[in-house]
Amino acid sequence: MTHVRVRLAPVLAALAGGEPRLDLDLEGGATVGDLLAFLGDGLPALARRVRDERGEVRRHVNVFVGPDNIRDRDGLATPLSDGVEVTILPAISGGG
Amino acid sequence: MTGHAIVLVGTTKGAFVLRPDASRTEVNIDGPHFAGDEVYSMALDTRAGRQRILAGRLSMHFGPGIAWSDDLGANWIDPPEGAIAFPPDTDAALQRVWQIEPAGDGEPDVIYAGVEPAALFRSTDAGESFDLVRGLWDHPHRPLWNPGGGGLCLHTIVRDHADPQTVWTAISSGGVYRTTDGGETWEARNRGIRTPFAPDPEPPEYGQCVHKMARHPGRPERLYLQHHWGTYRSDDRGDTWVSVGESMPADAPPVGSEPRPFGFPIVVHPHDPDTVYVIPLSSDMHRWTVDGRCRVFRSRDGGDTWEGLSDGLPQEHAYLTVLRDAFCADPLEPAGLWFGTRTGDVFASADEGDTWQSVARHLPPVVCVKAYAL
Repeated sequence: MTHVRVRLAPVLAALAGGEPRLDLDLEGGATVGDLLAFLGDGLPALARRVRDERGEVRRHVNVFVGPDNIRDRDGLATPLSDGVEVTILPAISGGG
Repeated sequence: MTGHAIVLVGTTKGAFVLRPDASRTEVNIDGPHFAGDEVYSMALDTRAGRQRILAGRLSMHFGPGIAWSDDLGANWIDPPEGAIAFPPDTDAALQRVWQIEPAGDGEPDVIYAGVEPAALFRSTDAGESFDLVRGLWDHPHRPLWNPGGGGLCLHTIVRDHADPQTVWTAISSGGVYRTTDGGETWEARNRGIRTPFAPDPEPPEYGQCVHKMARHPGRPERLYLQHHWGTYRSDDRGDTWVSVGESMPADAPPVGSEPRPFGFPIVVHPHDPDTVYVIPLSSDMHRWTVDGRCRVFRSRDGGDTWEGLSDGLPQEHAYLTVLRDAFCADPLEPAGLWFGTRTGDVFASADEGDTWQSVARHLPPVVCVKAYAL
């Protein structure tokens, strides 16, 4: 069993019943992809804002495992260790 | 038609619902709805007793979707799973909803959606869920379409009011495609539409950068079209097209042999199939109103001759851009006209274009204006 704490930006927490933190228990050896699939089962409104229908993390959303952006690690295959914190935040994209 | 106009305005940072007074010179502005999201497509569906506003929204961070309101914008529904998405086998992801078009009264729960990447979706539950129209998605031309500046999008859906099996779509840059069997099969219908961006002077079968297309049910064989270069008319349901905009202004001296004018929207008068409106821009290199003057051009003879309409519109240092879905007519009598600009202005005419008023200022850049009557 892998215990994961998910921290959500406020704009995403609103799609998770207002909860800025989710404590989840996943199967041992779970990856970020497994975590997002798990979220999709229970919180589809949140999940589709993080990933598109191909399963890819949206370009302007960042998922961090601990301090690391998963784009700098193994993407959706990034492993989750027991007790790790996963943070999902909008990127500082924008312009006018 | 009697009643009051209601005007849906989509911008790059939210949507607004305009409720004009009876004179259509003053409006109450309600919004922003979907604050921060692009809203490129909106529609009001009044069939089957509904008053449902549909909006194609796009969060730059969190993606696209279609939401609806059954109380004119007081509350919105965006289902958790989303109303529209590409099926897994397509390996495609929805980028933006460019057009929402309710079908005719004979199909009161059918709504079409045109999207990017270029595809057509169809709903049979009044917009609460959509299915991909496979016939167009599987068309052999599709892999050869190329994106225009706005992306590879299906932005126009024109239906045949007498025959629900016939639908025209327009794609940038793919051109016009028509089905006569309810979407099972599609044929390119671009004959005569010149493509100065291609080396061959002969128009290709497909690949045109159609910006907008319009049709009046009172003259079912006729279609109007604003291309990247040139305004066109078809009198045979899109089988062939002729350029009708050569008398309209463009950059001076003329930019070359390109058909005139450059522009995005084209609007047919709701009560007169021979009256059509465009808003010419200088050229594809200078996408603003010609000579710094904001003018709507009207033809009352199907495009054979045109007159510039400017009374009430800015005529000095007015470098405005009106995009493909930001110009429309309301169905009242006399017909009203409404357009929005990239500078966040909305202008209205309550007398078929003879005179104009500024009815909204300082909105975010306007990308969609749709007018109806309640």
